[in-house]
Amino acid sequence: MKLIVAKERSFPWFGMDIGGTLVKLVYFEPKDITAEEEQEEVENLKSIRKYLTSNTAYGKTGIRDVHLELKNLTVCGRKGNLHFIRFPSCAMHRFIQMGSEKNFSSLHTTLCATGGGAYKFEEDFRMCMCIEMTIAGCRVDLHGANQPVQINTQLAQLRGGHPKHGAKGSCPNSHPPGMALHIADLQLHKLDELDCLIQGLLYVDSVGFNGQPECYYFENPADPEQCQKKPYCLDNPYPMLLVNIGSGVSVLAVYSKDNYKRVTGTSLGGGTFLGLCCLLTGCETFEEALEMAAKGDSTNVDKLVKDIYGGDYERFGLQGSAVASSFGHMMSKEKRDTTSKEDLARATLVTITNNIGSIARMCALNENIDRVVFVGNFLRINMIAMKVLAYAMDYWSKGQLKALFLEHEGYFGAVGALLELLKMTDDQ
Amino acid sequence: MAARGGRGGGGSSGHCSQDKSITLPPDEIFRNLENAKCFAIDIGGSLTKLAYYSTVQHKVARVRSFDHSGKDIEHESPYEVTVQEEITARLHFIKFENTYIETCLDFIKDHLVNTETKVIKATGGGAYKFKDLIEKKLGLKVDKEDVMTCLIKGCNFVLTNIPHEVFAYQKDSDTEFRFQTNHPNIFPYLLVNIGSGVSIVKVEMEDKFEWIGGSSIGGGTFWGLGALLTKTKKFDELLQLASKGQHTNVDMLVKDVYGGAYQTLGLSGNLIASSFGKSATADKDFSKEDMAKSLLHMISNDIGQLACLYAKLHNLDKIYFGGFFIRGHPVTMRTITYSINFFSKGEVQALFLRHEGYLGAIGAFLKGAEQDNPNQYSWGENYAGSSGLMSTSPDLCPMQRTRSGTFDMFEMDRLERPLVNLPLLQDPSTYIPDTVDLTDDAMARKYWLTCFEEALDGVAKRAAASQPDSIDAVERAEKFQQKYWNKLQTLRQQPFAYGTLTVRSLLDTREHCLNEFNFPDPYSKIKQKENGIALKCFQGVIESLDSLDWKERQLALVKGLLAGNVFDWGAKAVSDVLESETQFGFEEAKSKLQERPWLEDSYNEWLDRLKEGPPHKCALIFADNSGIDIILGVFPFVRELLSSGTEVILACNSGPALNDVTYSESLIVTEKIAAMDSVIQSALKEERLLLVQTGSSSPCLDLSRLDKGLAVLVRERKTDLVIIEGMGRAIHTNYYAALKCESLKLAVIKNSWLAERLGGKIFSVIFKYEVPRE
Repeated sequence: MKLIVAKERSFPWFGMDIGGTLVKLVYFEPKDITAEEEQEEVENLKSIRKYLTSNTAYGKTGIRDVHLELKNLTVCGRKGNLHFIRFPSCAMHRFIQMGSEKNFSSLHTTLCATGGGAYKFEEDFRMCMCIEMTIAGCRVDLHGANQPVQINTQLAQLRGGHPKHGAKGSCPNSHPPGMALHIADLQLHKLDELDCLIQGLLYVDSVGFNGQPECYYFENPADPEQCQKKPYCLDNPYPMLLVNIGSGVSVLAVYSKDNYKRVTGTSLGGGTFLGLCCLLTGCETFEEALEMAAKGDSTNVDKLVKDIYGGDYERFGLQGSAVASSFGHMMSKEKRDTTSKEDLARATLVTITNNIGSIARMCALNENIDRVVFVGNFLRINMIAMKVLAYAMDYWSKGQLKALFLEHEGYFGAVGALLELLKMTDDQ
Repeated sequence: MAARGGRGGGGSSGHCSQDKSITLPPDEIFRNLENAKCFAIDIGGSLTKLAYYSTVQHKVARVRSFDHSGKDIEHESPYEVTVQEEITARLHFIKFENTYIETCLDFIKDHLVNTETKVIKATGGGAYKFKDLIEKKLGLKVDKEDVMTCLIKGCNFVLTNIPHEVFAYQKDSDTEFRFQTNHPNIFPYLLVNIGSGVSIVKVEMEDKFEWIGGSSIGGGTFWGLGALLTKTKKFDELLQLASKGQHTNVDMLVKDVYGGAYQTLGLSGNLIASSFGKSATADKDFSKEDMAKSLLHMISNDIGQLACLYAKLHNLDKIYFGGFFIRGHPVTMRTITYSINFFSKGEVQALFLRHEGYLGAIGAFLKGAEQDNPNQYSWGENYAGSSGLMSTSPDLCPMQRTRSGTFDMFEMDRLERPLVNLPLLQDPSTYIPDTVDLTDDAMARKYWLTCFEEALDGVAKRAAASQPDSIDAVERAEKFQQKYWNKLQTLRQQPFAYGTLTVRSLLDTREHCLNEFNFPDPYSKIKQKENGIALKCFQGVIESLDSLDWKERQLALVKGLLAGNVFDWGAKAVSDVLESETQFGFEEAKSKLQERPWLEDSYNEWLDRLKEGPPHKCALIFADNSGIDIILGVFPFVRELLSSGTEVILACNSGPALNDVTYSESLIVTEKIAAMDSVIQSALKEERLLLVQTGSSSPCLDLSRLDKGLAVLVRERKTDLVIIEGMGRAIHTNYYAALKCESLKLAVIKNSWLAERLGGKIFSVIFKYEVPRE
């Protein structure tokens, strides 16, 4: 895939996807900086690059997924590495504050952001970074209609305080222009998350994963012993059903690069898994929840077909091992008292995953699509869920449907946002 | 009686511990056990449903012509009325909590006198668990039947046999329960059964169904997960918690992610983006209520979404929901309805069934009763013996609950003849018999309930007086009065208990209650006397009519018909007059009638039609009252039709209701008239005048449930005119009924409230002549 760039975009190159639970940030680190460039490079920019590339953790909760780094990438004629960073959405305010402290806004740059947070935190960006905004993301009703709005604000006034989200009383527009101490030059572009997701996915798949394929599937999903991860060639991806599992789930039918529709969605997603796990087990993080789930046994919690019928329910061709009622055993007090946290975590994981599989399968049938691509951060380090999905797709469709997965599962929206940045010309 | 076998802890087996506090009135619950057979039982997670088939001995009033052989005695009455015993078949269904199962089985064992039954059909998840107990207690062999097969069989049965079985649930409406007209073709449909898990079954034909999918996230998930999250053990309590909670404290909404709506996709800010999404990020405690609510939404939405996906894939638009998750719980019906509406964008309606809890038991019963061919008969819900929707819902009717413990009953009578649609209905799938929906119209409901309450004393007295030779008539009349009074009170609180509440259902319920206490025909003697009097006047009326010219005669005939209709013992205003003025007769009635123009008056159009058009091929007349109405009102009219070359089918009720003329009475009356009148006589002989029965015992008329013989005849004779007479048949019902042929609806409004509502006064006249639009 080639990017058509009218004019080279000045650094730094970021793409950001602000989701319900996680913020995903991709950063392109140029490796071909000439001595001349190095000299011209402002101090701020240099310090940002150093900060991001020399650390793998930022603050308490920010993490760079080093293993996902795409090396020696050529983007818009520049060579470099693409870094993948994530932090919880609840740290968004701190991120914004940090940005203002690092004087990010003085870089005369544009930040492309997608995900709900691009809308939700828009005000905060403006408040803290004195952003000059171009509302480009709202394709439908706003595109082209709005001229950039110059917003002037007193940075110094705001730097100290942590602005409350959505504090309506302090609308920057109300500041008289004459009071400006500092004119900011950072533009926030809000981008549609589904557009970004698809563009990002297609791009990453096209460049590959450092020589390895980006896309894979599981061979022999029915057999836990034989089940193996295998590369899959996604050169002809259409049509595909794209299931994005973040906090919630969106299901898209993609027919070409820019022809897709959102088929449905469900609120039972990664957020539900983690939320229920926290309530049921007292765990605090996704990693913790998954660790517990890995040790648990969901059949202590779920009622299986054989628990009700003594074996298979032949009338309906249901295997005895199929789950008849998720958490069904928990109707009994005795079982509630004897079940472990690990079992509960496992049952939660299996329940949510199977349900997503079910909905995806029905959508695939309704849309007449036989490839289902699962992405989103719910699948991060979540081999159990991936195998459950692979098995569910295969078993219930009698081998007709294939579940596909991608290495950069949760970052495609952010990559898509970065690509949008590079498509724009500086004078836009 | 005190709970039988209510032993202390020592003796009873562990899994069915007994609630000793309950005092069962089982003779009111397990009724007609003496001849019971074909037992079936459906044991669910918490409720047991027992079904049996029994025969009910009823007193019926029979009419018989006096023996004419030999002497020609001048009788005061035109015929004899005798009371006879008749045996009818009835289906009994009883629902009770599993804790009472042993008590109930004991009771049945003791009262099951005369049965050849060897086997009991059993279904439901608990059938296995209680197998030994049942076999030991009843001495019957337990024969297990597949749960889903029973469910579908039961579902088909209620969809076919019970009017207003199906309803949609509407949250923000006066009438939360919106009952549906029975569609002539019930297939195909989707049944979504939400038990501990969810089964989605596509039903294409009586015996053809397919499990097309399911989900493990169901009632068991709500209960199990809910119990873990809230430490609340009972399902009902969880639902109560949920109804008090705020899910937005626990769920991550679209606006929590976007700050507002997701506009490009048109997703509202209030939509749930991630169920329980907030409980992962926030470091705080959540209330039980909020978590329960969030869980309820999560599960309902998920089921609704899957149901819509399956409906779409299989191209189905009727989805019935059942299972314990739904059963009698407005909360879950509401959330499921919302979800279906959201995911189908309003294209699919979530539908529920009044007797959903009984489907398995009905199906198991049908399996066991195959040799009796229950499916070949038509069945009618017995309002007297059925508890009604939500009778055991603790929120809705604490009164009823204490009255009958937690027992819920449902009875169906086997109708002697199969019922079908009138072939002349313009659109059977949209036909609604009733004119006013009293569930909708609170003012009308209040009026009619009061009206029936006020009339009850008189009805009970009349019932007692109709059986002067019976020693317990007064006692039975009192019981009747109490029973019907209770029904009326139930309906005041739950107008939806038996489907759409209508004047017809109130009347029918009263008839069912009268029958229950062996008052099959309280008006038989009055009818007998009035028929006698009217017959004596017949010739005089005919002579005076014959003296008129054609035009005058037509008006006189119509006025006669209307005047005859004044004689209605069902109308309080009239019965008061009839009780006090013994001399009140045909002429007096005519003088009561409103002068033309009538309240609804298309008489001129009718006259023009008679004058200018060809005679009708065949007229179908639904008669109303005995006595003057049928003899001096209807028969002269019939005679005129016959004389002008129109064949006549005269349809009268199969069973008694108020002073309405019954089919058997009509046979005798016609015979008597034929003896006096050559026109009637030859028409009878040449089969140009045909007497048929409607299949109904109601003072109202449901054109979608008529005797099959009538329907066949209507088709054979190419009926092109339908005449419906009387307030019950032409105003309370069928006022708006659209027919494929010409029709005449006439009645005298004998109720000032109703007259006022229609813009007139008491004794206003409705004369509605309608021609279907081409």
